[in-house]
Amino acid sequence: MSDFSKDGYLNMELLRFTTAGSVDDGKSTLIGRLLYDSKQIFEDQLEAIEQRSSQRGFEHVDLSLLTDGLKAEREQGITIDVAYRYFATPKRKFIIADTPGHIQYTRNMVTGASTANAALILVDARKGVLEQTIRHSFIASLLQIPHLIICINKMDLVNYEEAAFEKVVDEFKSLSSKLDIKDVSFLPISALLGDNVVDKSKNMSWYNGPTLMYLLENLHISSDENHIDCRFPVQYVIRPQQTEYHDYRGYAGRISSGIFKPGDKIKVLPSEEIATVKTIELFGEEIPEAYSPMSVTITLDRDVDISRGDMIVRENNVPNILQEFDVMVCWLNSTPLQGGGKYALRHTTKDARCIIKDIRYKIDISTLHRNEEDKKIGMNDIARISIKTTVPIFFDSYRKNRHTGSIILIDESTNETIGAGMIV
Amino acid sequence: MILYHLNHLRELEAEAIYIIRETASQFERPAMLFSGGKDSIVMTHLARKAFYPARIPFPLLHIDTGHNFPETIEFRDKMVAEIGANLIVRNVQDSINSGRAKEEKGPNASRNMLQTITLLDALEELKVDAAMGGARRDEEKARAKERFFSHRDEFGQWDPKNQRPELWMLLNGRKHQGEHFRVFPLSNWTEMDVWMYIAMEKIDIPNIYFTHQREIVKRDGMLLANSEYITVRETEKAEMMTVRFRTIGDMTCTGAVLSPANSLQQIIEEVAASKTTERGTRSDDKRSETAMEDRKKAGYF
Ligand SMILES: Nc1nc2c(ncn2[C@@H]2O[C@H](COP(=O)(O)OP(=O)(O)OP(=O)(O)O)[C@@H](O)[C@H]2O)c(=O)[nH]1
Ligand SMILES: [Mg+2]
Repeated sequence: MSDFSKDGYLNMELLRFTTAGSVDDGKSTLIGRLLYDSKQIFEDQLEAIEQRSSQRGFEHVDLSLLTDGLKAEREQGITIDVAYRYFATPKRKFIIADTPGHIQYTRNMVTGASTANAALILVDARKGVLEQTIRHSFIASLLQIPHLIICINKMDLVNYEEAAFEKVVDEFKSLSSKLDIKDVSFLPISALLGDNVVDKSKNMSWYNGPTLMYLLENLHISSDENHIDCRFPVQYVIRPQQTEYHDYRGYAGRISSGIFKPGDKIKVLPSEEIATVKTIELFGEEIPEAYSPMSVTITLDRDVDISRGDMIVRENNVPNILQEFDVMVCWLNSTPLQGGGKYALRHTTKDARCIIKDIRYKIDISTLHRNEEDKKIGMNDIARISIKTTVPIFFDSYRKNRHTGSIILIDESTNETIGAGMIV
Repeated sequence: MILYHLNHLRELEAEAIYIIRETASQFERPAMLFSGGKDSIVMTHLARKAFYPARIPFPLLHIDTGHNFPETIEFRDKMVAEIGANLIVRNVQDSINSGRAKEEKGPNASRNMLQTITLLDALEELKVDAAMGGARRDEEKARAKERFFSHRDEFGQWDPKNQRPELWMLLNGRKHQGEHFRVFPLSNWTEMDVWMYIAMEKIDIPNIYFTHQREIVKRDGMLLANSEYITVRETEKAEMMTVRFRTIGDMTCTGAVLSPANSLQQIIEEVAASKTTERGTRSDDKRSETAMEDRKKAGYF
């Protein structure tokens, strides 16, 4: 593996990215190629997939086997669930979520994409933009993934022609004009043969842009967190049962956004009590400034009644505190969404219940139009709904804050997570 | 804005602490699996950080195969005493004695599979509803598919084709009576991250991770420690070698590597230069292509 100094390793940034796109467009092969060409595959792993490929009589080593690790996936040659892979270059450490393209497994794509800073959307140069390409791109924009990289793949099958590339670029641009996307790049690649993945292609002299690896190493990700609105959902209250810490009360949690400092005047929700931050600490060490995504423990200057599910915010910058709001929801279960139905809801560290007051519209995936007539929301559908919760929820819109703007809906009888919601 | 950016090890630390705190909050009787290996040592360290200055609010559970390295057990007992943790030990030998588990025969006999029986029995006996483990997704291709909160049915089985979606960091630990969860706070860590973190936090680890002289038997390309638990065949011989261990499991199935590394810095350099995965030293994974997936489906960690 590549050599890097200890100090260099400690200063690396983490980039989480996901693959997306229709079935067989080459997502898993691309991840395999990325790992292979950057020499991140171990000998025993490579031997195992070489053996497996030759047993099957393949011409090439099937690099998709590096992520398609389940028996059922290898048998069917498709990805079923997200596989996570890791690699590091001297610049960055990467967490890859390789997700399935098959429509049946869209919920697993949403799982992999929900925490990503970047998405690689693959398109087969021969087939162009397909329904799943649109669905995944729409989900990526709903999830507010800050960077999209459109990889136009299988260029080897269209003679590496610029016209084929441009045609897909145009198609995608007419789609993306209807989406809310901040940063898009387009790349012509062959995942199978490695063109423009880590090494510059010798077959496409007309292309002067960066390789995929270069892009991944150089995306600007430091501005992806919200450092303005201070939000600290209380996760756990620390009350030591040791006499020396008899009066200690620490509020443990992970900072959603903003920058907290000792001395800050804060407000506790829902009690609206005011207090001052005494210390921010972890393992006895005091932290001068705490920001997302740190996990810390906060102590206050006075005793306030605080429990899990409460939120600590700045006195003069509070989130919405409401029981009725609208949500864009991706439906993830084969049991359809029930208008008027009751569900369990989870928001930050808070559990509540909710009732579906209204199904406003469903997104027609082929046109991206709003359909206000069709209220049947089934598996993989995306809709805007209005909900009412049993207790007030302290939220920001998802666009402003991915942590305090997201919810999940849970079926109370099966306990399954059935909806992913982004508060409008 | 680079000023307000966590480096990746601190980000992984924050994520793991979040998951551990979430487990302590959402479940009634969580437990942390402790094997004495570096991953479970790091996980225990993170649990201390998560609740400090309080003690770890759940027990550590060790499923003792009886084939452990003596150094591992010594380390375990010392660590537990130092941090004031509550350790529960359940023995595979007891499962064998009571007829619940049947010892494998032959020179490659291992208690690896039997562990699952003892583990599932222990979880039921202690009514554990969430068992945290130090497994990492980079270890093995089936583990690469695991969620942070992994649901198990009432038989302790994993259904990899039908896992619950896991959105953002909103972890759903709801379950029916009799079911439980496996929780993996170190999911996103790599072997390198674990070593770097051990060095950064100056965490104590068993001395067999460092170079030492040991009697070794070469078998199927692996360097096995000679011990009372393995039978040296006629064609084999035990030789003294300078070795260390990359992972610590049972003496019967954990291979050593030839190595002069006697400091964390040297181990880190070795890991960076390594051409094989750490599971490559484990014969339990070499039994078949889907060995890990099959064991996990049955309830293995
Ligand atoms: N010729 C050619 N074939 C490719 C290329 N990339 C992928 N393939 C082939 O396309 C097929 C599907 O590739 P996968 O990587 O499994 O596709 P996927 O997008 O991961 O599919 P799902 O995960 O099931 O959605 C395999 O047979 C690959 O070998 C490419 O650049 N050129
Ligand atoms: Mg795939």
